[in-house]
Amino acid sequence: MNKLLVSPSPHLHTKTSTKSLMRDVVIALLPAVVVSVLCYGWSELLVLGVSVASCVLLEYLITKYLLKGTCTIGDWSAVITGVLLALNLPASTPWWVVFIGAVVAIGVAKMTFGGLGQNLFNPAIVGRVFLLISFPTYMTDWTKPQGFIGNFDAYTGATPLGIAKEGGIAAIEGLDYMDMLFVNIGGSAGELSALALIAGFIYLLARRVIRPYITLSILATVAVFSGIFWAIDPMTYTDPVFNLLTGGMLLGSIFMATDYVTSPMSNWGGVVFGIGIGLITMLIRYFGAYPEGMSFAILIMNSVVPLLNKWFHAKKYGRA
Amino acid sequence: MMKTFSIGGIHPSDSKISKDCKIEVLPVPSKVFISVAQHLGAPATPVVKAGDQVKVGQIIAEPAGFISAYVHSSVSGTVKSVGPRKDLAGNNVTHIEIDVEGDEWAEGIDLTDTLVTEIPSDNKAILEKIKMNGVVGLGGATFPAHVKLCPPPGKKADCLILNGAECEPYLTSDYRIMLERSKEIVIGAAIMKQVLGGCPAVIGIEENKPEAIKAMSAAVAELGYPGISVMTLKKKYPQGGEKQLIDAVMGRQVKSMGLPIDVGAVVQNVATSLAVYEAVQKNMPLITNVLTVTGDCLPMDKQHNYKFRIGMPLSYVAEVAGGVPKEAAKIISGGPMMGKAIANLDATTVKGSSSLLYLTAEQTVRGVESACIRCGKCAEACPMGLEPFLLQKYARNNMMDELEENAVQDCIECGCCLYSCPANIPLLDIIRLAKGDVIRIIRGRGQK
Amino acid sequence: MTTTIIWTIAILTVLGALLAVVLYIVAEKFKVEEDPRIDEVEKVLPGANCGGCGQAGCRAFAQFCVESSPNLDKCFCPVGGNDGMQKVAAVLGVEVAAKEPQVAVVRCNGTCENRPRTNEYGGYQSCRVKATLYSGDTGCSFGCLGCGDCVAACQFGAISMDPATGLPVVDEEKCTACGACVKACPKNIIELRNKGRRNMRVFVSCVNKDKGAVARKACKAACIGCSKCAKVCPFEAITVENNVAYIDFTKCKLCKKCVAECPTGAIHAVNFPVVKPKPEAAPAPKPAEAPAAETVKKEE
Repeated sequence: MNKLLVSPSPHLHTKTSTKSLMRDVVIALLPAVVVSVLCYGWSELLVLGVSVASCVLLEYLITKYLLKGTCTIGDWSAVITGVLLALNLPASTPWWVVFIGAVVAIGVAKMTFGGLGQNLFNPAIVGRVFLLISFPTYMTDWTKPQGFIGNFDAYTGATPLGIAKEGGIAAIEGLDYMDMLFVNIGGSAGELSALALIAGFIYLLARRVIRPYITLSILATVAVFSGIFWAIDPMTYTDPVFNLLTGGMLLGSIFMATDYVTSPMSNWGGVVFGIGIGLITMLIRYFGAYPEGMSFAILIMNSVVPLLNKWFHAKKYGRA
Repeated sequence: MMKTFSIGGIHPSDSKISKDCKIEVLPVPSKVFISVAQHLGAPATPVVKAGDQVKVGQIIAEPAGFISAYVHSSVSGTVKSVGPRKDLAGNNVTHIEIDVEGDEWAEGIDLTDTLVTEIPSDNKAILEKIKMNGVVGLGGATFPAHVKLCPPPGKKADCLILNGAECEPYLTSDYRIMLERSKEIVIGAAIMKQVLGGCPAVIGIEENKPEAIKAMSAAVAELGYPGISVMTLKKKYPQGGEKQLIDAVMGRQVKSMGLPIDVGAVVQNVATSLAVYEAVQKNMPLITNVLTVTGDCLPMDKQHNYKFRIGMPLSYVAEVAGGVPKEAAKIISGGPMMGKAIANLDATTVKGSSSLLYLTAEQTVRGVESACIRCGKCAEACPMGLEPFLLQKYARNNMMDELEENAVQDCIECGCCLYSCPANIPLLDIIRLAKGDVIRIIRGRGQK
Repeated sequence: MTTTIIWTIAILTVLGALLAVVLYIVAEKFKVEEDPRIDEVEKVLPGANCGGCGQAGCRAFAQFCVESSPNLDKCFCPVGGNDGMQKVAAVLGVEVAAKEPQVAVVRCNGTCENRPRTNEYGGYQSCRVKATLYSGDTGCSFGCLGCGDCVAACQFGAISMDPATGLPVVDEEKCTACGACVKACPKNIIELRNKGRRNMRVFVSCVNKDKGAVARKACKAACIGCSKCAKVCPFEAITVENNVAYIDFTKCKLCKKCVAECPTGAIHAVNFPVVKPKPEAAPAPKPAEAPAAETVKKEE
């Protein structure tokens, strides 16, 4: 007989691991990735490839040679950052801009804080916002590259939100919501199809990877807030459905606001976090300089997470 | 709607492989080693010495304090020695070694199978019998039963809860006795209920044991004692935890550092109820119990539920059951969530032994610890509503005030946090130590 | 133009002066009266904040010294040692008696070879966790658990685990005898002993309280409590209690008679000059702890 193994209880362990959780997120992102590649073709593939490859490579190099610790690329978290970053960029972004985004995301937003689990801000969003501020021309160039299927040329040049910001409510009158639900028109890769993103959301919930509180409270806040303004003055303010379906609202609320590391741990904390994101997004959209505000809203609320974690705790047994 | 406890909980795989194996009686070995520390509290003091002749059921060690219990000989024969021997954790504990000769029972023990349904009316005599026959809680903590059945002055029991949840995976001993000894369990419940002043008794059984629910309900209906009922509970671990069961059955929550009796609850395991029946109605001391020999690596014909006598070496039990499978990396006494890993198979069975569970390396070897990703799965799983990720961080930095503020002392060590952690952080290992430290601090403050 | 500059300078000057007055008033008002000697004492302390003196840190120790002055018998900073205490005494203008310098000694010789492993530990690598769980992964329930709590507790990097033996090794140069490792060890294996004349020490490297046969079965180098050492000791420095011998370092005269007498080699003599150096292995003048013990034993 071998030597017996002895350890403290419990002696069983769930099969869920950091790796499997992260891999599930990547799987949930696949429908959106497939749609974006089909619509934007080779140039989207290039953005995705450069983004994922450079994120993983950078994490490998930094953990191995700079921090001289254990290499953490096996946990798939760098892959998620890469995919999310790519989905947040226009398909026409040059490869070197994507690379700079990856350097900021992994090198600055993730590794300087101490790697996975330590970062205060969502790496992909930091990368994206950095690019948005540093390379505004590339980041708002929505020239439509040739995709593998279909040909949508109705609104080349700008996203629906951008059009609304520039031309007012009248400019988006011809927009069909069914189009937006299936394949949106114009915008970064991840904003294309609401349905693909919702499919990912359902997968994540079914696999118990995320809890629905953050996502739902963001969407509810946006719906209520824009609903009130739209009801008051439908000629100035865009309607709730439009706001829910455009501008990375779904991508942000499903995949980026729910990032474990940068969101509150308790359910109530998550609800407050979501309300904050929804409010800030809508304030930026209606009154700010940018046509959309999801990224900024998430970053701002990321910085509040430690406080939310301090204020909101799980309900304890016998301590009513 | 089926009831369950309100906070947290996990759903590990059921794995009740041995549930259809009838209880078999283990033959008595040629030698037994009976530990004097088979219960929570002070180890008993041996009252026999080498060379003494003992009979089955004779007292061989007396309680050494209020929270302590009598220990009886499980065999007849000659005491060979009284001295230290390693228990299953490898620590030295006084054992009484007895060479088995024949099978002669002490007087006054009813060895017949007849069911005694008449309950004596003298509660004091009942408690005395429970105490003299060394009955302890068989749900895991082995707390002396008579102490729990005497509520402190000013406190009254509103409900006796019989724990038939058996929420730990693999274990089937409680399930088997609920099937095979259902009437005795019900009579035991009626006895304890009477001692507690006639409060209602509820037998809580998880939904995954429909046969047991049927058998127990039938026994309750047939015997017709008033105020005893069977409640079906939703399957969730740790349903069998005392505090969780009270929450599930009564909808009340025990205050931090409080006792179940504070909310009017007394919880006893179904096996304890059986032992109470044996002790009161048959004058039979607690020298036997049922244990499960199981594991995924055992073929069906080597899965067993055994009625054992205390003091049998575990290696002997394993041998009779067909030997230790070579795939077994870890052997556990008790359930896989809260049981103890056995360091030493020469240790012997005790009153509270409930299993020999063989786990393979693949099942039980922990993964390499990685960084906390703050997924909150531990907090979601914790049935006490604690935040293990936070507690382990404070514990690693020795932040005692923060630990106490965040209720580390409420931890019931159920293992849900460590079970559900995707980063393999040894949460419970660390929290358990901190809990001990904080409770010591709180107690120290109380004494000042 | 010039007026702007002049005005700016004037306003900033006035503002600066006003704020300085405010700061002064506040500082005076909220000043905490403290013995100035505390600062002076703190200056001569090592500043490691290790807690080896029994106080919360160096400042707390300085306060403690000032409070207990002129009698400094209860104050001892193990890091600064006697020199450090002389400085403290000089600051306070009092006398202090020199204390024998001490060093941490690991009293377990249950190397992988001497003490075979009987099971494998698979939990969190912490001696405290392991000790609360069970007796350990060897037959000996008193010996070193090998998870290195002492290594983690040492602030001076003086303890390291020897991967060959699985036991901690104390670097005598770095050890300040602060006692952190003594507190960290759940098995009470580490003891602070006087450094001894020219660092030479004789001690029982075992704390096993089991009866001889049991102890011997678990570990080849266990003290079996046979009392041979106690009988041979001419200075009555050795006592045997609970089946384990202990050498009182204040009485031991380093004659090493017990080392020769011990049947299991549980008594170690360290840092003794080698009597008959073998030609092939000329040892260094001050060999490290473990090898020295080995050589000495072999040759006697």
